[in-house]
Amino acid sequence: MIGGLFIYNHKGEVLISRVYRDDIGRNAVDAFRVNVIHARQQVRSPVTNIARTSFFHVKRSNIWLAAVTKQNVNAAMVFEFLYKMCDVMAAYFGKISEENIKNNFVLIYELLDEILDFGYPQNSETGALKTFITQQGIKSQTKEEQSQITSQVTGQIGWRREGIKYRRNELFLDVLESVNLLMSPQGQVLSAHVSGRVVMKSYLSGMPECKFGMNDKIVIEKQGKGTADETSKRCLRQESCGKQSIAIDDCTFHQCVRLSKFDSERSISFIPPDGEFELMRYRTTKDIILPFRVIPLVREVGRTKLEVKVVIKSNFKPSLLAQKIEVRIPTPLNTSGVQVICMKGKAKYKASENAIVWKIKRMAGMKESQISAEIELLPTNDKKKWARPPISMNFEVPFAPSGLKVRYLKVFEPKLNYSDHDVIKWVRYIGRSGIYETRC
Amino acid sequence: MTDSKYFTTTKKGEIFELKAELNSDKKEKKKEAVKKVIASMTVGKDVSALFPDVVNCMQTDNLELKKLVYLYLMNYAKSQPDMAIMAVNTFVKDCEDPNPLIRALAVRTMGCIRVDKITEYLCEPLRKCLKDEDPYVRKTAAVCVAKLHDINAQLVEDQGFLDTLKDLISDSNPMVVANAVAALSEIAESHPSSNLLDLNPQSINKLLTALNECTEWGQIFILDCLANYMPKDDREAQSICERVTPRLSHANSAVVLSAVKVLMKFMEMLSKDLDYYGTLLKKLAPPLVTLLSAEPELQYVALRNINLIVQKRPEILKHEMKVFFVKYNDPIYVKLEKLDIMIRLASQANIAQVLAELKEYATEVDVDFVRKAVRAIGRCAIKVEQSAERCVSTLLDLIQTKVNYVVQEAIVVIKDIFRKYPNKYESVIATLCENLDSLDEPEARAAMIWIVGEYAERIDNADELLESFLEGFHDESTQVQLQLLTAIVKLFLKKPTETQELVQQVLSLATQDSDNPDLRDRGYIYWRLLSTDPVAAKEVVLAEKPLISEETDLIEPTLLDELICYIGTLASVYHKPPSAFVEGGRGVVHKSLPPRTASSESAESPETAPTGAPPGEQPDVIPAQGDLLGDLLNLDLGPPVSGPPLATSSVQMGAVDLLGGGLDSLMGDEPEGIGGTNFVAPPTAAVPANLGAPIGSGLSDLFDLTSGVGTLSGSYVAPKAVWLPAMKAKGLEISGTFTRQVGSISMDLQLTNKALQVMTDFAIQFNRNSFGLAPAAPLQVHAPLSPNQTVEISLPLSTVGSVMKMEPLNNLQVAVKNNIDVFYFSTLYPLHILFVEDGKMDRQMFLATWKDIPNENEAQFQIRDCPLNAEAASSKLQSSNIFTVAKRNVEGQDMLYQSLKLTNGIWVLAELRIQPGNPSCTLSLKCRAPEVSQHVYQAYETILKN
Repeated sequence: MIGGLFIYNHKGEVLISRVYRDDIGRNAVDAFRVNVIHARQQVRSPVTNIARTSFFHVKRSNIWLAAVTKQNVNAAMVFEFLYKMCDVMAAYFGKISEENIKNNFVLIYELLDEILDFGYPQNSETGALKTFITQQGIKSQTKEEQSQITSQVTGQIGWRREGIKYRRNELFLDVLESVNLLMSPQGQVLSAHVSGRVVMKSYLSGMPECKFGMNDKIVIEKQGKGTADETSKRCLRQESCGKQSIAIDDCTFHQCVRLSKFDSERSISFIPPDGEFELMRYRTTKDIILPFRVIPLVREVGRTKLEVKVVIKSNFKPSLLAQKIEVRIPTPLNTSGVQVICMKGKAKYKASENAIVWKIKRMAGMKESQISAEIELLPTNDKKKWARPPISMNFEVPFAPSGLKVRYLKVFEPKLNYSDHDVIKWVRYIGRSGIYETRC
Repeated sequence: MTDSKYFTTTKKGEIFELKAELNSDKKEKKKEAVKKVIASMTVGKDVSALFPDVVNCMQTDNLELKKLVYLYLMNYAKSQPDMAIMAVNTFVKDCEDPNPLIRALAVRTMGCIRVDKITEYLCEPLRKCLKDEDPYVRKTAAVCVAKLHDINAQLVEDQGFLDTLKDLISDSNPMVVANAVAALSEIAESHPSSNLLDLNPQSINKLLTALNECTEWGQIFILDCLANYMPKDDREAQSICERVTPRLSHANSAVVLSAVKVLMKFMEMLSKDLDYYGTLLKKLAPPLVTLLSAEPELQYVALRNINLIVQKRPEILKHEMKVFFVKYNDPIYVKLEKLDIMIRLASQANIAQVLAELKEYATEVDVDFVRKAVRAIGRCAIKVEQSAERCVSTLLDLIQTKVNYVVQEAIVVIKDIFRKYPNKYESVIATLCENLDSLDEPEARAAMIWIVGEYAERIDNADELLESFLEGFHDESTQVQLQLLTAIVKLFLKKPTETQELVQQVLSLATQDSDNPDLRDRGYIYWRLLSTDPVAAKEVVLAEKPLISEETDLIEPTLLDELICYIGTLASVYHKPPSAFVEGGRGVVHKSLPPRTASSESAESPETAPTGAPPGEQPDVIPAQGDLLGDLLNLDLGPPVSGPPLATSSVQMGAVDLLGGGLDSLMGDEPEGIGGTNFVAPPTAAVPANLGAPIGSGLSDLFDLTSGVGTLSGSYVAPKAVWLPAMKAKGLEISGTFTRQVGSISMDLQLTNKALQVMTDFAIQFNRNSFGLAPAAPLQVHAPLSPNQTVEISLPLSTVGSVMKMEPLNNLQVAVKNNIDVFYFSTLYPLHILFVEDGKMDRQMFLATWKDIPNENEAQFQIRDCPLNAEAASSKLQSSNIFTVAKRNVEGQDMLYQSLKLTNGIWVLAELRIQPGNPSCTLSLKCRAPEVSQHVYQAYETILKN
């Protein structure tokens, strides 16, 4: 298991050092600094073995978190834990920076004592932790409160405490998708996928039992096989959820979702944590709506000039508006000057980033726009050809490129007197660009 | 005011000030001071001098302060054991506290203080806490048992904590169960033999139930524990799989990977005909792909594991090529891993896409990545024949870029393509030759030289090209020198008229001016070959080369199976068994996949065999670069050779399978299955053997060293001993010995008639014995044996007789008949008569096998009074078919690594350590059938001492 956990600043000075196992000595702290942080070349692996000691590291801005072990630990678990550790710290004091870590070192030690015991990760749900690691001392609690804390920390529903009350029961669902694309210069889709998340903000009283439904192909088809007298119902349902269903390649759920139930009935049921959490993640690859198409044209005019023309086309309903559109056209390292003309928005050559950045605030569907640029090059004797990085794009659209639709989110709280109808529900769809690249 | 100020106090006299503050009456000031102490501790300052003062602050109501003091205690208690005792009372008191959080804190901290005196006091509170009413305390106590076990294992056993811990597996709280499982698994690892984690269907059921309820981390502990269970039949395996599959949808990647591990392992037990098997395969792909959208570090772990999974079960991900396409912004470690998997998944169906991608990658910036991409293009050409042409033209395009490392890499792979598809793409040679001057890496130079030598007849100026390399002969690396030597000899054989001078020059460079024994030896061999028999030389040097294999860098199958059992862990990231990087005995228990059910075996080979490979053929592994022991067929560039290694590996595998139940089962009644006896000599072996005769014995040593075949002088022969005294056999005295010469074993007998009558009608018969020795011909005594007459007879023996394990192993019971009576005697034969001529193992193979054989099979012996040096010992052993695979000098000691093979295909690996000046040497033997070790040692001793 994890033998020790160290946090360093960018210079390699130790900010936090907590050793869990006897086989990890103080020299391990230095070994990592010397061999990884101060290493000359680029990091070639997130796992480093130095003198039979393995170091796992992740970096958050310029802070290094390193977990150390001498055993054959579960490597995936160690990384998941390090990410979790970052989440927990962020939930307590915001951004992970040297300043914040130094200011909260006592708290961090307290957290590390709680969420890692002898190198074994323990309950690390922020909701639960915040009930008893407060930096205020807990002497004031009554006996009931104490046992409530412990039962929450160890319980089956570790992510929610009892007795939550809201005057207004309300929930928000955000379907956030990032659409990824790699396209060849000829416009052939090399790979495309959507990775989506359903984020829920719940402000519900008691211990509500929720059931979430979407236009998952498997579910819809299953219902399609229902008996005849259900036909009318089915028609209704299909109308309400739109025409199509989507094929989900794979999905993962927050630990509150009953996985065995999903596996057997493909129904998503859970008792949600209070406040915001990520209900599910999913991935689709079929029938993706690609909101934009990028058509590049790069022409080398002699050794010292490059002509670039890029056309973007929006491909969605004309009534919808895409926002925050940014096209990034890479330029060679030996660029000396750039002239740009664009039909819409603003374009600038940013020498420090070796790219022309073209920004458009808004763009409706089924439109197209164009930019042309002349790039002057300094003559070089560098034999190596310019690698021609792909043209990348950023945008935000108010629909889900995967076609996912929320069909329902039902809430049942048998003990309290509010019903599904009393809950105010909000659903929002946002599609963003992930890695959206077109080679040129 | 913020806490960061504590990190900046660096003035002198600090310790004094802190001491004063710690003893202050004001609570706030005390707390501040402890914080300062902890900050100093963090940055590595020694604040142990403050121990008593800090411990004094322990008695407090303030929980935050208490935790800080505990933190200090955990760090320094070991250096101040006497003082640490002061804290015991507080701990014991805290363990009784009404607040469960404080009880848990006390027991958690006490377990971290590694001071004997404190551990004594820990037992009672721990016992109470294990039965505490509050689950939070119980789950903490469960881990504490593991802590205590780490400090004092005996104490834990004596106090009966292990039983209490086992009881916790049935606890009502899932988190307690999970921690108990984690603690027990850890303790069980240090006692591999104990039946601590007594997993049976009932307890497995409990674990599976807890799996649905506990935290993500708990699920990992439980899944990792489940993976160690061995279901009793396929039905149980299936039912566990069914209950584990829902975990594949968990948001935590570690849960997913641990679930994959359980499924991959238990799948071995499922029949392939089962519908469920297919369903399971389908279910595995999507979660593996999803792992690739995790953070880069996790992606890396996932990719390393996918690399194993793809080798074990290529069918799972065969349609998912696209997800492994490299993204421009992927970290380099992700890119390199993706590329590896792309090559593995490349097939005729997707080759066009893959090639387009690889071409794209070859223009990237990172040198390692570009090289690997170029190499991958070559691999594709070799793997998918239809794509070869496109690959070659892509490579030519890349050579046109003139980027130095791209060109070199391309030349190295083109050489392999030539090997795979002879006489197909030689038109590109001209282009390659243009780049001769830009090659500065040994591997690329060697590859180019090989090409020039191989196609010398088509390159007009081949002699000029090779001559240009010859100028700096001594500055070249060994690889290039060897290759140059071979290439020039080839050239000479093809164009003898113009190149005589050149060949003499290179031969003298290699034999007279070089210190490298490999080079010298090869030089001499060529020289003698050429001067003795040019036609034979042509046959040797220009022999047809064996085909190269299609798969690259495959992990050796037994290691792969072991690594599959370690999915998700560091071992799977390093692709090494835990014993390679974990110290001590912990965590190095050898794991293996459950045996396959028989019904599935038949269906297996056509499906799982890599595309293109004929079914049933063992895919062989391309050896790593840098094998110094090249062979005459100039295959030392490290291209994938499917000749000799293939042959040996298949024999090896056959032997291993049969070895299941030890020696007895190995010596079953089917001589075909044993492999060793009907082993077909690899093509390389055949050629020099033919040549053996005209060259004379002086050369034979050289030959043996490089090719491992063709022994001319026989094995050591012991003097004859009396086996059957005349007293016992009515006047017939038999003495004899065993010999082995040029591959045949014989029993040399001397029969003396000490009776007064004539003896006739001799016959001989052997009882069944361990190695199936049997007379290959009847006993031929031509004339009747008159009184006082003696005859010498050599009786040829075969090893295809019936097999029965004898005690001792080399016991042979013989019956001899004559006109008077039948007589019985038994004798012990020296084991070295069974050492076969092709017992030289490939160097890589040797390493892999040595590692593979478990350590308990290793036996060590001392050979006393044997004042030989390494060379002498080596050549002595060689003549008895014990072959030196490699030689090393470690701290003044000569280490000889040797291999030998018995007639029934058992390999024995040996390490002989010789210390100059010390008459005794140490012999370590490793063999899958350890019973033979003792006799091999005796053989060694007899050979070395005579």
